[in-house]
Amino acid sequence: MSLAAATAAAARATTTAAESHGFLSPTGVEIAFLLVGLVTFGAAIVTVTTKQLVHAALWLVMALGGLAVEYLLLTAEFIAWVQVLIYVGSVVVLLLFGLMLTKAPIGRSPDADSGNRWVALTVAVAAAAALVWVVVDAFRTTWVDLKGPAAGSTEVTGASLFQNWVLPFEALSVLLLAALVGAIVLSRKAKADATTPADAATPAGAQSRRSEKEGTR
Amino acid sequence: MHLAYPAVLSALLFCTGLYGVLARRNAILVLMSVELMLNAVNLNLVAFDVWLSRTARDTLHSGQALTLFTIAIAAAEIGIGLAIVLAVYRGRGTSDIDKLRDTAEGPAPDDSRGDGTEEAPVTGDEKAEATA
Amino acid sequence: MTTTTLAVLVPLLPFLGAAAGLLLGRTAPGYVRPLAVLPSLTSLVLAVLVAVRQGGGQAINAATELTPTGSVPIELALHIDGFAALVAVLVGVVASCVQIYSTGYLRDDPRYPSYAALVSLFTSAMLLVVYSGDLIVLLVGWEVMGICSYFLVGHYWETPEARAASIKAFLVTKLGDVPFLIGLFALGTDAGSFRITTVLGTVASGGLHHPTLIALLLLAGVAGKSALFPLHTWLPDAMAGPTPVSALIHAATMVAAGIYFVARLLPVFQASSAAMVVLAVMAAVTMAGSALAALAQDDIKRVLAYSTIGQLGYMAGALAVGDRGAAVFHLLSHGAFKALLFLAAGVIIHASGTNSLAVMSRMTGLRSRVPDAYWTMTVALLALAAIPPFSGFFSKEAVLGAAEHVATGHTEHAPGSAGWIVLVAGLVTAVLTAAYATRLWLLTFHGRGVEAPDHGKEPRSMTAVLWVLAVPSLAFGLAYGPLPDWFDGRDLTPVLTTSVLGTGLALVGGIITYGAWRHTTALAPRIPLGAVAAHPDADAGVVEAEAIASHAPAFGDVAYAADPADPGRLLLGPLHRHAAVGFHLDAVYNVLFVRPVQAGAALVRFLDREVVDTYVRGAAALPRLLGAAVRRAQTGNVQTYVSALLAGTVVLVVAALLVATGA
Repeated sequence: MSLAAATAAAARATTTAAESHGFLSPTGVEIAFLLVGLVTFGAAIVTVTTKQLVHAALWLVMALGGLAVEYLLLTAEFIAWVQVLIYVGSVVVLLLFGLMLTKAPIGRSPDADSGNRWVALTVAVAAAAALVWVVVDAFRTTWVDLKGPAAGSTEVTGASLFQNWVLPFEALSVLLLAALVGAIVLSRKAKADATTPADAATPAGAQSRRSEKEGTR
Repeated sequence: MHLAYPAVLSALLFCTGLYGVLARRNAILVLMSVELMLNAVNLNLVAFDVWLSRTARDTLHSGQALTLFTIAIAAAEIGIGLAIVLAVYRGRGTSDIDKLRDTAEGPAPDDSRGDGTEEAPVTGDEKAEATA
Repeated sequence: MTTTTLAVLVPLLPFLGAAAGLLLGRTAPGYVRPLAVLPSLTSLVLAVLVAVRQGGGQAINAATELTPTGSVPIELALHIDGFAALVAVLVGVVASCVQIYSTGYLRDDPRYPSYAALVSLFTSAMLLVVYSGDLIVLLVGWEVMGICSYFLVGHYWETPEARAASIKAFLVTKLGDVPFLIGLFALGTDAGSFRITTVLGTVASGGLHHPTLIALLLLAGVAGKSALFPLHTWLPDAMAGPTPVSALIHAATMVAAGIYFVARLLPVFQASSAAMVVLAVMAAVTMAGSALAALAQDDIKRVLAYSTIGQLGYMAGALAVGDRGAAVFHLLSHGAFKALLFLAAGVIIHASGTNSLAVMSRMTGLRSRVPDAYWTMTVALLALAAIPPFSGFFSKEAVLGAAEHVATGHTEHAPGSAGWIVLVAGLVTAVLTAAYATRLWLLTFHGRGVEAPDHGKEPRSMTAVLWVLAVPSLAFGLAYGPLPDWFDGRDLTPVLTTSVLGTGLALVGGIITYGAWRHTTALAPRIPLGAVAAHPDADAGVVEAEAIASHAPAFGDVAYAADPADPGRLLLGPLHRHAAVGFHLDAVYNVLFVRPVQAGAALVRFLDREVVDTYVRGAAALPRLLGAAVRRAQTGNVQTYVSALLAGTVVLVVAALLVATGA
């Protein structure tokens, strides 16, 4: 945090003209952002490539936490803490629960990636190249001035949220309620599932196969 | 700070999540990748909001508000998504996305229904042989 | 009631009887026989009343137009002159006799209700043809007769002969009906009306533009209906139907319709001397050829069928020499004795259990089993052979006299060549007719061999009508005196020359045949032949159906029997083999029409299966390939789908960017 403040002060000392800020003379904030960004990106890459399912969730924590730091560096404090609370705190925990409940294998599973991998890689790389090209082409001279009061302090965000965004905020609460009800309905064990023998037999057989598989391992 | 840094990072994260969505077999890992994509969008929103609030004296803070909404919706989405994955797992004994092929064109025209349930044991056996 | 009302009721009553019979046939079988017989009898009485009131005087014309039909009006018209009145009486008499006879003949037939209704409809259609004053209404009756003959000839449809015969009758008459229809339209267009009176008026004023074409087209239809050469081949095969139907077709309806039609429209034909010569040639070939064929037939009914064709040739000959009075006179007398011949033949077939003359000639005592048939048939055969004083003599002499009249130079009505052709052919046929009549009589009633089977007495309904019909066969010839008042006024009295010549030739023919029979009959007991119906005690219709069905297996052919005791074989010599099969005309038609049509059908089938379908299959192949490719893509894997979607999105975005930046 102190590092960020120092870089902000250094940036304030320099001229505000955008042309004078070259990529070859980065400020301290930029260096910090770059480093944290690299870590975040690396954690994300590992998340989508690791063969250990539980590790993927943990690497996801890393990536999301890195993003929270990036928010802080962008002076959006409130978002950063919300990020930590909701994503790192609850979403990842939920995902871990999901992995456990679906009896995801602990340790390396060779089939974590589907056969679609190379197509996916091609599409992702092409999309990344296109996006990066466009973004760099469009914003290579745009300068964000981080001096002055924080753009995303709790006070500013709260004032904006409850002055200008009250109605969507309340609508969002209804959406959350609907999601809650939906999740309950979906999770409840339907009685019809257990009555038909074919449907009841299939998961049992699959589970027995899975236990056999783990036994062999 | 150059706006290009958060924008490029956001693009890269998004494409990483994209790769995960397309390449991962486990449905929960796909959900994780979706979270990555959402977060990439969030980063973009926050960065542009900060830029606009300084450059254009924008006091609406729509980027931050939308980020909060996205986080809330993502939370709801992950809840619903997990509920669906669990329901599918209960019904079929697997949460592998590439085995949910009920919409596939079957080998015979009138045999499209049992495709998903009939192919699943075969691939499951192959998987067991591979692990053994 | 006015005469017009009576005349309308004449064809209407059998029609209503037919409709009622078809409706009630299943539900109320008790009403079927009255519904069959009473309308025919009533319309006979009404036809007699109409004839008496008309009295040969001025023709009765009445017309009503139901609805406007455009430039050429079609009217429900009556045109009753002496011809129509007398022919209607003949139709009524024969139809009533046939209906009464059928009640006994088809006593136990399960299809009797529909049979009787169809006979009534047949009668009604013929009466419509006779009374109609409008050519289109006439055509309706004409075509209804065609379809009725199809159903009735195919009454024993269990036998393949009957099925083939009914289809043949229908197709051959249709073959003539198509040009007939075109001819009627051409005639109606030229005359501006389909009314017979208008048409005749146009002809008289010389308003017909294409007389030869129209006459020849109409002649094709007439040849089909009246079984004239070359469209006569259906008639002998139509013997596969029940005997009463044969009597009806041969005596009063169907074949009479063609002759009657020409008689009614004779001025149209006279407008073209070429048509008259063609008609004369057709008549000559028909009568001579059919008489030769009749001499060689083994089936008693086929002999009678060929004799009908021969007599129709006489009528056509009379028309060809422009004397329709003689033609209709012969039509009337022939109708009476030919109905009698067929009905008597039905009795004989029932009694002997066979339709083969070869088998009958090996039975003794058939004469005493059916005395009614014996005596009446003798009368009818004498009439057929034109022996005075029977009716056939007078009517045939009228024909020959008319031919001689034209041949000797009175060519105002017909070309002289037609007169000579008809006269010579008629005299030749007179010999042959007498010969085959004698042969039929001798072989049937004077056989030697085993005793004829005894099935008890024939039904009264079958024998009574024979005597009813024997009266006109015997005495109708004396009507030559009053008849000219009903007809055109031309004298029908026998001319001395032709009378002596004709009768002499007939006697010669009969005596020669008798001599031949005396010579061959000794052979008969040596070569046993026999095929008798399996159920000789059954209903007459069943016996006949079995006799027809067993003829081909027993003798190798429906028309032929290898009987050396046949006097016809001796008389015809090497010609016998060809005459028995109708001079191979069926084979010729087979080569000329049936095979090309079948080859054409095979070609069309080939084109359809191999050529057209190839295009269809080719059109289907590309979509099927594309469909297979698309189906291959439907793996059901959501990730594949999303990958494709996003790849497409990336490509599109890049393309859009390149376009937008002008790169």
